Amino acid sequence: MLLAASNAASTSGADLANASAWAVYAVGATISMLGAFGVVLLRNPVHCALSLVMTIFGIALLFIDESADFLAAVQIIVYGGAIVILFLFVIMLLGVDRREPRRQDKMRGLTPVAIVVSLVALISLLVLTQVRFWATGAKASTEALNGPGENVQKLGQSIFTAYLLPFEMTSALLVIAVVAAVVLVRRGPQSGPETQRKTAARPPTSQESHRPGTPVR
Amino acid sequence: MTVPGPWYLVLAAVLFSVGATGLLVRRNILVMYMCIELMLNSVNLTFVTFARMLNDLGGQDSVFFVLVVAAAEVVVGLGIIVAIYRRRSGATADDVSSLKG
Repeated sequence: MLLAASNAASTSGADLANASAWAVYAVGATISMLGAFGVVLLRNPVHCALSLVMTIFGIALLFIDESADFLAAVQIIVYGGAIVILFLFVIMLLGVDRREPRRQDKMRGLTPVAIVVSLVALISLLVLTQVRFWATGAKASTEALNGPGENVQKLGQSIFTAYLLPFEMTSALLVIAVVAAVVLVRRGPQSGPETQRKTAARPPTSQESHRPGTPVR
Repeated sequence: MTVPGPWYLVLAAVLFSVGATGLLVRRNILVMYMCIELMLNSVNLTFVTFARMLNDLGGQDSVFFVLVVAAAEVVVGLGIIVAIYRRRSGATADDVSSLKG
């Protein structure tokens, strides 16, 4: 922290480029921190999901600032456009957008313990960021970040040459995930058309009856 | 000209801790899942920052793969959550204790 602060004092001169870099960092950090606190503190899950979008946009801004253009675009498309929408779909599908009840919770007394544990984690992470000599110097890829060519081009070349096998394995991973999602969400084979006939005939259960917006059958 | 790397690392550490706090404190399974996404995002920020500090594209490659794995993980996790909610309504993380015996 002290090191970072002294860095700040020495580098944030009157230079306009410097000032704009700090402005971008401040905006991105503020947006992402506000979104993060929103996710943790807001009671309504829909608001939490929208705060998550805010964090994602802030981090995408910081990605652009750190010359990770492609990843910023993918961050917005995949996280903001797909993952959070999936969260919202599930929230709406299950009707769990009620406020979390502040009921008597067995584990309520453990909340301070959780906060202390997180603070310890934060302090150890901050210590780790100040340890300067843990980089071995060995390059993880053949490409330098500041080399010639656009960021997208270099990233694509790296993924399709050095990381080709992992890339192909991610396709297998995605197929497995899709199959897993279908298997998990589908009703089991024993509760096929027969039980569906039964559920259509029987009166609504307590689970269905108190869900808001469900038409009474 | 960009802000020095340690500032980004500190921001990522704080984001990670906020996400970890949420994961431990919240009881709604969906919100806990969002907190996991928050932690993944902060680690992505760390990767990109190290890619810049060490002038190495490997960090950005890692973030690419983290994004793919996160997408797959969200699909499977939300499938599990839907399956849980289908069995019992209004389930929080404390209610899912069938394995306790």
